[in-house]
This record gives sequence, C-alpha cells and structure tokens, in this order.
Amino acid sequence: MRNHVEAFGLAIATLAVFIAAAFAQDAGFQTHAWVLFFVLAIATLILLNRIEFGDSKMIPFKTNGGASGAATATAAASTAVAYQDDVVRYGVIATAFWGIVGFLVGVVAASQLAWPEFNLEPWFNFGRVRPLHTSAVIFAFGGNALITTSFYIVQRTTRARLWGGGLPWFVFWGYQLFIVLAATGYLLGITQSREYAEPEWYVDLWLTIVWVAYLAVFVGTLVKRKEPHIYVANWFFLSFIVTVAMLHVVNNLAVPVSLMGAKSYSAFSGVQDALTQWWYGHNAVGFFLTAGFLGMMYYFIPKQANRPVYSYRLSIIHFWALIFLYIWAGPHHLHYTALPDWAQTLGMVFSIMLWMPSWGGMINGLMTLSGAWDKLRTDPVLRMLVISVAFYGMSTFEGPMMSIKGVNALSHYTDWTIGHVHSGALGWNGMISFGALYFLTPRLWNRERLYSMRLVNWHFWLATLGIVLYAAVMWVSGITQGLMWREYGPDGYLVYSFAETVAAMHPYYVLRTLGGLLYLAGALIMGFNLYKTIRGDLREEAPMGGRSPSLQAAE
Amino acid sequence: MDFEYQAMRSFADSWGLLFMTVTFIGAVLFALRPGGKASADEAARIPFKED
Repeated sequence: MRNHVEAFGLAIATLAVFIAAAFAQDAGFQTHAWVLFFVLAIATLILLNRIEFGDSKMIPFKTNGGASGAATATAAASTAVAYQDDVVRYGVIATAFWGIVGFLVGVVAASQLAWPEFNLEPWFNFGRVRPLHTSAVIFAFGGNALITTSFYIVQRTTRARLWGGGLPWFVFWGYQLFIVLAATGYLLGITQSREYAEPEWYVDLWLTIVWVAYLAVFVGTLVKRKEPHIYVANWFFLSFIVTVAMLHVVNNLAVPVSLMGAKSYSAFSGVQDALTQWWYGHNAVGFFLTAGFLGMMYYFIPKQANRPVYSYRLSIIHFWALIFLYIWAGPHHLHYTALPDWAQTLGMVFSIMLWMPSWGGMINGLMTLSGAWDKLRTDPVLRMLVISVAFYGMSTFEGPMMSIKGVNALSHYTDWTIGHVHSGALGWNGMISFGALYFLTPRLWNRERLYSMRLVNWHFWLATLGIVLYAAVMWVSGITQGLMWREYGPDGYLVYSFAETVAAMHPYYVLRTLGGLLYLAGALIMGFNLYKTIRGDLREEAPMGGRSPSLQAAE
Repeated sequence: MDFEYQAMRSFADSWGLLFMTVTFIGAVLFALRPGGKASADEAARIPFKED
C-alpha cells in the first residue's frame, strides 16, 4: 500500500501548476508552467500505476550464478546492515545519463563558437546553450554524482542505513525536477543571469527545499551511525552540503516582480552584487566541485587500491585548510574592477594560500598508492581515479597562479580561463566520477566485475587525450587572445580590432570541439559498458597487463 | 553606513583574522598531537570494515 500519499500529493501539485499556468503574468512563466505540468502529470500517472498492494513485487536481481548466486546475496544482506541502495542505483544511472547529455551540449556549444551557423534562433543559440551546458555538467552530472556517492559512502562508513525512510527518494527525484526546470528555463530564455545560478526565483526555492532534505538525510544518517568516528570523506561531504546551502540562499536573495511571473530582481546592486555573485561562483567551485569530490577521493581511492589513505592526519589538515581558506578566494574574479583594491588583494592572497590544501590533497591521494604503483598497469579504474587526482593537483596549481593580479591581467576574460576550468572539470571531476561509477556499478548490481576492462581503458585514453587537446589548445588561444587585446602600436592605439582577435581564434575553436568530441566518445563507451554490466553480461577478454615481466635468459 | 562598514572591516582584519588564524592553527596542532597517530590510523581503516 505504498505510494498513495506521493501520488495524491503529486496530483494536487499538478493541479496547482495548471492554475499557475492559467494566471501566468508573462509568456516565459506560462510555458515553463506547462512544462512542469506535463512533467508532474506524467510522474503522477507512473506513480498511480506503481502503487503496490503487496510488498513482494520486487523483481530479484539477475545474478550470474543463477538461483544460488541470488541466495548467497540474500544471505549476505540479512547479516549486514540493510543499506538503502535502490536510490544509489538510480543515482548511478542518472549520473551517467546527465554526463552524456552535458558533454553533448558542450560539444554543441563548442561547435557554435567555431561555426556560428549552429546557432539556431531563438532556443538553441549560444547564449542559451552555454548555461545549459554548464548547469548540465556541474549540477546534473556533478550533482548527481555527489548525491549518489555521498549516499553510498555515508552508509558504508557509518554502517547505518540512510535516515529518513522515503526522504532520499524525495531528494533524488526533487533534484531531477530541479534539473529539468533549470534546463527548460534556459532554453525558454528564463534566466537571472548569475553565473552558475541562472535559474529564476521559483526554481531556486524548489532547490532550497530539496537541499534541506538532502542535509537532513545526510546528518540524520551521521547521527545514527554505528561507527564512533566520522570518516573524513563525510566531513568533506557535510561541508559541501552546508556551504552550498548557504551560498545558494544568499546569492539568490531576490524579489520577484510577480508571484506568477518569471522575472525577479536581486537584493544586491552594483559592486556588492558582483562580489556576492563571485563569492557564490568561486565557492561553488570550491565546495561543490572540490570539497564534495574530495569526499569521493578519500573513499574510492583507498577502496580501489585496497590500502588505507596515505596519511589520515594529513587529510584532516587538508580539510581544515580548505575550509578556512576557500571562502575568501572569490574576489580574484573581480581584479581591476570597481571592487575595492584591498578586497582584490585579499582574494589573491587567499587564493595563493590554497596551494596548501591543493598539494596536501594531491600528495595524500597519490601516496596512497605508494608501494602499489604496479596496480596502475592492471587496473584502469584505479588509473582513472589517480589521473583525476593528478588533474586536481594541476588545475589547483594553475588556479592560484592565475589569481595573481599580474597574471590575471593577461589571462582574465580569455580562453585561458576556459581551459583552466575544463582541466579541472573534465580531468578532476569527470575522471573521479567515472571511476566512482565503474567502482559502484558491479557492486550495486551484484556483478562479478565490469562487462569489460578493455573498454574502461579505451574510455581512459579517449578522455585523457580529449582533455589534453582541449587544455593545450585553450592555453594557446587564451594567451594569443590576451596578447592581441593589449597590443599597442607606437602611436598609442590598439593594434587589433576585437573582430580580428575573434577570427584568430577559429582554428583553436575547431580543435577544441575535437577535444570535446573525444571526451564525449569516451563517455558513450562508458554508457555502453555500464549498460552491459547492469544487464549482467561479461565480455570474454584477456586481462589487462596480463604479461608478467619475466627475466630474459642470459645468452 | 560608513561607520558600520568601517567598524566591520576593522573587526574583520583584526580580531576576526586573529580568531580564524588561531582556530586553524589549533585544528592543525590537534591533528598532529602526540598520540594522535594511532587513532588516525584506526580511522583510516573505516572504509575496510564492511562491504
């Protein structure tokens, strides 16, 4: 007799959205309400069809060993804590799905810059596709990866089932609804034009509700933990959830023009508004894309290498250094603007101090493998996790360097910034999420191993080549751009018009699209591999690095 | 408004900064305290206790 309340609640919400569509004050809000109406209506119908009258309707997992395999799995489950893993399974699929969507939109946006003909007015021009890409990869792919892995890790490291009964499901589906509303809103032209926070006020309010539920599930699980010590990965996850809640609420303080309209005005104005946006924007990088993903690193690398983390005490120092320093670094996005000079310098100094947690974390991740480096030869999943830490080290070295005012004078507003962001996002966030998905899928579906390790290897090399191509091309393009913009002739006039600098970027933009395509191809291979693994297929293949080095006989 | 801004800014770059620095150094020293290594090594093995 489950799902009755949910189905009824959804039906009421569907009706409310229908009324909102009728009373809409502007066309954008009306269309958006219709989108929401159809999403909710379909969800209601699905729920009504899934109302269960008995509790034995679960389809047993298809296991390789047939009935005996299923029996052992059940026996093992009955002795251990009954983890809430259904929502984690959905999360794995959602992460892989949104990743592929987000990378695809990225390739579209890159093509639009290289070939303007791809701008399809009005819904698919670059101005709308670009936030679609950033939100799809950061919030849809990255956010789902974070929610999924945090739900998995917090249960394993506290040895407790997720708290809140059906609340994790609300978090999961509520977050997917947020993604759909954000994405459709961008394409409709509904935006409050704040970087990485483009959704309008009503979508922000919805995300706030979902996020508070997420916090409740996570903290509730920590409270009822059976392990006295809270493992460091959970510190990073908790700081990520709390800080993102604070950033999201403050940055999105706004007054809507009408309760039935899309438009709102920020509570801040002028330079205060700019600083609020970059306080949010940089800490979205710091706590969403760094702290949360470090939580993954501190669990998956030790697990996959089967060795405890190199230094647990270093991980504690890493955590506190990150927490105390990151929040001040935002002003480096506003060098040479109306922001007071002292605030710019403050942002720069704190950014440079971030080298401390950056290298602390990288050393800790990499040295976990000390004495077991040979595993990199045979285990492409571990290789993926390790290269993500290498990219973490590289991009968090590059970032503080770019925050130095003199460097920033050249790099800011150029493609160098785009290259920097992508070496971090594709290299660090992407690779560690792929590694996590490859780690989780066989375990969650009770499979002996992944469908194919060779395909993981293909994914690894396609993605790595894609990132290297992308980042290298953007360095060249960005520095070219920066130098052309500041080139003065002897007469004191600028040498190049802006259009000339745009034309000079064309070959780099084409190459960048190619880099993105390689990365997307790798992700598609992952999608296939995960699908086959979930189905229960195993590919017959020679193991990786099968040849053991044998001594040559002396002649 | 000027006064409020100045007062908050002065507090931030004196007592606020001192408090943050001392707390941070305290947290680092606590992690490195003698005898902390055994409990840290034990905590590092938490992921291997189950699953």
